Amino acid sequence: MKSLGCWPQHDSQRTGRWNPSLLGWSAFLALLLFPMMAWAGGATQAMSVEYRDIPGVGSRNVVWVVAQQHLLLAGFVLGVPIFAWVCEIVGWKTKEARYDKLAKEFTKLLTSAYATTALFGGILLFLLIGLYPKLMAYLTDMFFPSFLLYCLLFLLETATLYMYWYGWDYMQGNKKAFHLFLGFLLNVFALGIMIVPNSWATFQASPVVVADGTAWERAWAAMQNPTWWPVNIHRLIANVVLGGFIVGAYAGIRYLLAVSKEEREHYDWMGYVGNFIGVFGMLPLPFAGYWLMREIYQYNQQMGITLMGGFLAWLFILQAMLIGVLFLGANYYFWMGITHRIPGSESQYRKPVMAMLVVLLLCLGVWMTPHSLVASLEEARKMGGTHHPLLGVFGVMSAKMTVSNLMILVTFMSFIMYWRAGKQETAGWAKAAKAIMGALLVLAGIAVVVLGVWGYFVPAIIRINYFSVAQVLIVLFIMITFTPLTALLMKSAKTTTEMVWGKMPIRAGYSLVLNAVMVILLMSLMGYARSSSRVHWHIYGVMRDTSEYAFSPALGYAAAFMSLNTFVFCLLVAFIFWVATLGDKAKANPPHGKPIDVPGHAAPAMAGGSPRVGEKLE
Amino acid sequence: MKGPIFSGAIILVGVFVFLKFLLPLFTAPLPASLIYLYVALALSGIMIYGTMSAPSLEAFMGPIFRFLSGKGQTGPAQTARLAVLVLFPLLVGWQTYTKLAPSDLPPAENRTIHPAPPGEFVGLSNPYPKVPENIMMGKGLYAAYCSPCHGANFDGKGPAAPGFNPPPANFSDPGTIAQLQESYLFWRIKKGGVGLPVEGMPWKSAMPRWEVELSDEFIWKIIMGEYDGAGQSPRTWEEEE
Repeated sequence: MKSLGCWPQHDSQRTGRWNPSLLGWSAFLALLLFPMMAWAGGATQAMSVEYRDIPGVGSRNVVWVVAQQHLLLAGFVLGVPIFAWVCEIVGWKTKEARYDKLAKEFTKLLTSAYATTALFGGILLFLLIGLYPKLMAYLTDMFFPSFLLYCLLFLLETATLYMYWYGWDYMQGNKKAFHLFLGFLLNVFALGIMIVPNSWATFQASPVVVADGTAWERAWAAMQNPTWWPVNIHRLIANVVLGGFIVGAYAGIRYLLAVSKEEREHYDWMGYVGNFIGVFGMLPLPFAGYWLMREIYQYNQQMGITLMGGFLAWLFILQAMLIGVLFLGANYYFWMGITHRIPGSESQYRKPVMAMLVVLLLCLGVWMTPHSLVASLEEARKMGGTHHPLLGVFGVMSAKMTVSNLMILVTFMSFIMYWRAGKQETAGWAKAAKAIMGALLVLAGIAVVVLGVWGYFVPAIIRINYFSVAQVLIVLFIMITFTPLTALLMKSAKTTTEMVWGKMPIRAGYSLVLNAVMVILLMSLMGYARSSSRVHWHIYGVMRDTSEYAFSPALGYAAAFMSLNTFVFCLLVAFIFWVATLGDKAKANPPHGKPIDVPGHAAPAMAGGSPRVGEKLE
Repeated sequence: MKGPIFSGAIILVGVFVFLKFLLPLFTAPLPASLIYLYVALALSGIMIYGTMSAPSLEAFMGPIFRFLSGKGQTGPAQTARLAVLVLFPLLVGWQTYTKLAPSDLPPAENRTIHPAPPGEFVGLSNPYPKVPENIMMGKGLYAAYCSPCHGANFDGKGPAAPGFNPPPANFSDPGTIAQLQESYLFWRIKKGGVGLPVEGMPWKSAMPRWEVELSDEFIWKIIMGEYDGAGQSPRTWEEEE
């Protein structure tokens, strides 16, 4: 239905062609104000307005960019408290001040990004109310009680974050336990803040029939839609990955800029922790993604095919490329860590690294091979179609699941290798334990491959319900058994070569930045896939999109927007972090060479001006 | 001549030769897009391995930097450097030209082979029991209507198959009907190539619109016969008893 309050549209928009008018973008802010005046005049017609538009740019594009920025910022803001809190616990238990300092530095980044996240959330809300009034009226009617819950959670989260951040130094010593409890609450509220709006978005994709009842009963019924928990779990893990890699990139840039030995050591270590957190989250992420896709497919075959076999299937090939780069980048960083932080270890680890690299590349080759190949007419004729008779088998889920499990296994072993590097096991049972671990690893690899190949010869439901699950369980078994076993081995091990921090080459810093960019691009890509799988529905099968934007953009157009979103987010994060570190710079370079007497929390948190560890409060 | 650069070059050339010339001796040639993808992967592997440590970086990149900087070069080395500096941009230019120059060849396709079915076909299940009589009837109908193109062995090699491009689907391939639900096949058989949605463009399918000639009952039974004959099972969400 054409909006009564709508603006006249350019022809290129009617036809769906992309005309990225620079003028349109540059006039965006001015236009945001202009429609307000126009809409104010049409107040009497407001109830019949279904859509409004922003000329020259397009309402969908504006919402796309703002929503993506909000989601990425929110992912960071909700992911960081998890590992900041864990880091703080580690510092508290081990009595190592560096962990506490690191946790505090994580939280500093969090406080800086928090306000911007809320700002983009507010902008998104205004845009949605203004541009999609009919949809928002429907969602408000359905979810209003949960809106109130969300507001309450937001208030609690904000209050807890303030206390957590500003009370950091005050709550040391015997008050630390309470500070840790605040960290726990922060994460509980953050989880709530994530899952409540997730229910609104997942309801749009997989709505359920909502029977009559009270407003709370209806809202609760709508929240419990089939993709709600798969998305919750997937996002929770992805937020940790995003947070870890962004923190890693922050450390990487600070490392590149560091001038003193202490700074280099600290940011080298912080980069390592960031990469570790990112990898740690990345390992179970494909499993969560698989569960989500399975639920989508089971919910609606049409949506499942649109995503995995239809016009969005190419996004999954791009996803494979990006995940591949992420895996390679994370492993590359681990391997560089071994060769640079543990002097003299290079020759010892060159062969295992090569073996792991070859396995990763082979797996990536399989993962990136599409089912239907991009081929010219002549090439397709020679192949007998767009499916290659031999390599076509790489294009289906059985192959993809197998190689993704192997890549996770290899990456986990990279970490184990890094952990053991420069140490000599002294326990009497070390030799037997290593032999068992080696045998288990080989057996696990073989079992994953056998199940993958066997998967071609059984009905799909057997593969999905048993083989794929078994592959995942095998890899998880290896991770769950190897981690404590290695920890036990390392407990009694003697250090043969001390790990030296601050010796990483500059390309290590760049690889941390690359990982962050890849994960941002990846989230932009798959966020688009999830959202566009609704095709021309606002609420799948319930409320049809009747605006002029009720079409799926071409993949090139979508990819351009994903790149734009990634670029804008990187700029935004760079700006926020720059602002966050201004306080540190001021402290490091006081005017006239005199130390600044910072009275408690005089400098605002948004400028990173919290007192340092050890500073006394007034 | 040895060293990591030489080894890397050998690996790259080896991968290319294997994919381009050796593999086609045993199977169909690979499209250029896939060869490019695999060679790029091999190159990234070489770069990662070559730049992992300080000594490997020096061994890998040092000769390249020294060669390109031209310090102390005389004679053939200097000529080689000049040749590289002239030929490399020309190569890039030629590649760009060949990619962008107008051609009478059709562009490479990334057609969506399995577009999403329309809503009315989603969730349908075969209303006929999977009993030998129905399967046999389905196979008989398949032999009459489908096998000329899709082959008596369900392998896409029927007598009429050579006349089609793209060729008829090979049902014995685990990447075809085994990945789909029965309702999907029902839609494709009933509506044929002309019933493909916009996302399936370009509509390159000679599949007839069988609803004109076959009843729904026949189509469901053909599907049953197809799966049985090809030794495949349809995608389901419940395990069969």
